[in-house]
Amino acid sequence: MNDLRSEAAIDADARGFSVARANAVALYTITRREVRRMLRIWTQTLIPPAITMTLYFVIFGTLIGRRIGVVEHGFSYMQYIVPGLVMMSVITNSYGNITSSFFGSKFGRYVEELLASPMPSWVVLSGYVAGAVLRGLLVGAIVLGIALFFTSLHIAHPLVAVTTVLLGATIFSLAGFINAMFARKFDDIAIVPTFVLTPLTYLGGVFYSVNMLGEPWHAISLVNPILYMVNAFRYGVLGIGDVPLWIAYLVMCGFVAVLGAVALTLLHRGVGLRS
Amino acid sequence: MSDPAAARAPAALETLDLRKTYANGVQALKGVSLRVEPGDFFALLGPNGAGKSTLIGILSSLVNPTSGDARVFGISIHQDRGAVMRQIGLVPQEVNFNMFETPFDICVNVAGFYGIPRGTAKRRAEKYLKELRIWDKAFQPTRMMSGGMKRRLMIARAMMNEPRLLILDEPTAGVDIEIRRSMWQFITGINRAGTTVILTTHYLEEAEQLCRNIAIIDHGNIVENTSMRALLSKLDVETFILDVGGPCERLPEVPGVKLTCLDGNTLEAEMSKRHDLNSLFAALSAGGITVTSMRNKTNRLEELFVRLVEHGAPNKAAA
Repeated sequence: MNDLRSEAAIDADARGFSVARANAVALYTITRREVRRMLRIWTQTLIPPAITMTLYFVIFGTLIGRRIGVVEHGFSYMQYIVPGLVMMSVITNSYGNITSSFFGSKFGRYVEELLASPMPSWVVLSGYVAGAVLRGLLVGAIVLGIALFFTSLHIAHPLVAVTTVLLGATIFSLAGFINAMFARKFDDIAIVPTFVLTPLTYLGGVFYSVNMLGEPWHAISLVNPILYMVNAFRYGVLGIGDVPLWIAYLVMCGFVAVLGAVALTLLHRGVGLRS
Repeated sequence: MSDPAAARAPAALETLDLRKTYANGVQALKGVSLRVEPGDFFALLGPNGAGKSTLIGILSSLVNPTSGDARVFGISIHQDRGAVMRQIGLVPQEVNFNMFETPFDICVNVAGFYGIPRGTAKRRAEKYLKELRIWDKAFQPTRMMSGGMKRRLMIARAMMNEPRLLILDEPTAGVDIEIRRSMWQFITGINRAGTTVILTTHYLEEAEQLCRNIAIIDHGNIVENTSMRALLSKLDVETFILDVGGPCERLPEVPGVKLTCLDGNTLEAEMSKRHDLNSLFAALSAGGITVTSMRNKTNRLEELFVRLVEHGAPNKAAA
């Protein structure tokens, strides 16, 4: 009897291990496919943010920034806006990557390859999020590299900078995934970036300190989640920020948990995917 | 005497009172119970909108059932979806792969979704793309492939997890006869090697030639589920096409035979299988009509199918 039980337990362990290994292969496959897609269309994914951010650095940083002079704690305006612009690129590219890729798979019906496979929902979600986060990080690194042509930077808190950019990219990848799940046409994936994401980013302290704002605009700005990401990242890069770091982490982790749970539930139920 | 081992073996597919009502109120499946034995080559036929694709959608996890269960090799879709999906290969009706990827990448990626290591996936992709004769297109974007090539790619893709149950939803639709025959050959070989095959098709000749067992679904109900041989034997009526030497406008009356003039030189004779042909030839000869050649009208299954979906039972229709 004992022998039988131990045999069954060994069998269950082996099955568990093989399922875990299969999930790891599946996760790697989706992530790899997403990264290859991003690199295949590099003129659409990597070049536009580099050009846009170069223009920002030239116009706001060099031309206008020279007249503004020193902003806070001895940092020039150019140095002040670099973290915000990097974060803005990370957010918009993570979001854009996952919406276009996942909605494209729905539109072309090859999402059925995923739905008809044995992969659990969390593997599908993690694979797409990993691909979007990687694009966000790559674009962020490109923008940071371009910034170094215009100004000098010393990363004050590398761990904070890296974790903030990872959390920011994850949040907007998850938000983009939810958007793509509900989207029925290409217009539906353009509405949120145009009418929600861009205004929130511009009003999230990328170009100014919210401490410059009077009430009620200062209080209203604190409702904007992007403000916490931009300022946490600015703290990581420059060592200054408008909001306490722990609150920024709390907000970001809270968003990851809530959006992750929502995305996983929707995917598990097959909302917008299964009849 | 039945083999006790076979009796214990779970069915390749067993559906139990499977129902599906869509959000718009359409009842696509009204309690479908079906059993497909391991190793079978099974035809699932029905007119458009009968519920075939909904049934296949439920089996392949693309449609959520309203109630009922489906078990693949004894595993319930509600109990362990992942384990069920590992057993199934699906060739859908519509082309559903990324047009910007190459066939090789598509196959290797799909294998990855099943947890198959990359090295094994690459070997299998090469094997099946070669067997289906599209290896020369393996590294070109799929949007450059013809319709027949795309259909064969979907079969290769479905084989990547080497499934125990292969479901083909109209795999030969719009494919020319040469490619269709090569696809039949491949699928028959897969079946002979032990894979259970479920085929839906509108080419009834295809189902008659390939499949051993058959279910006909209509308006969400199974109206027939039997062996191909048993079903065909139910057809009491036979139809012959006769080429005649001269004009056939004035046809003689032959008791038990319905004669129709198709064109100036072709006759159709519909009669009971028990009816003798001698009286038909005698009557035609007496009427001055010379028969130069004769053949069976194909296809028997088509006749049965039409009667089943129109009237509900072949005997009733033939009567």
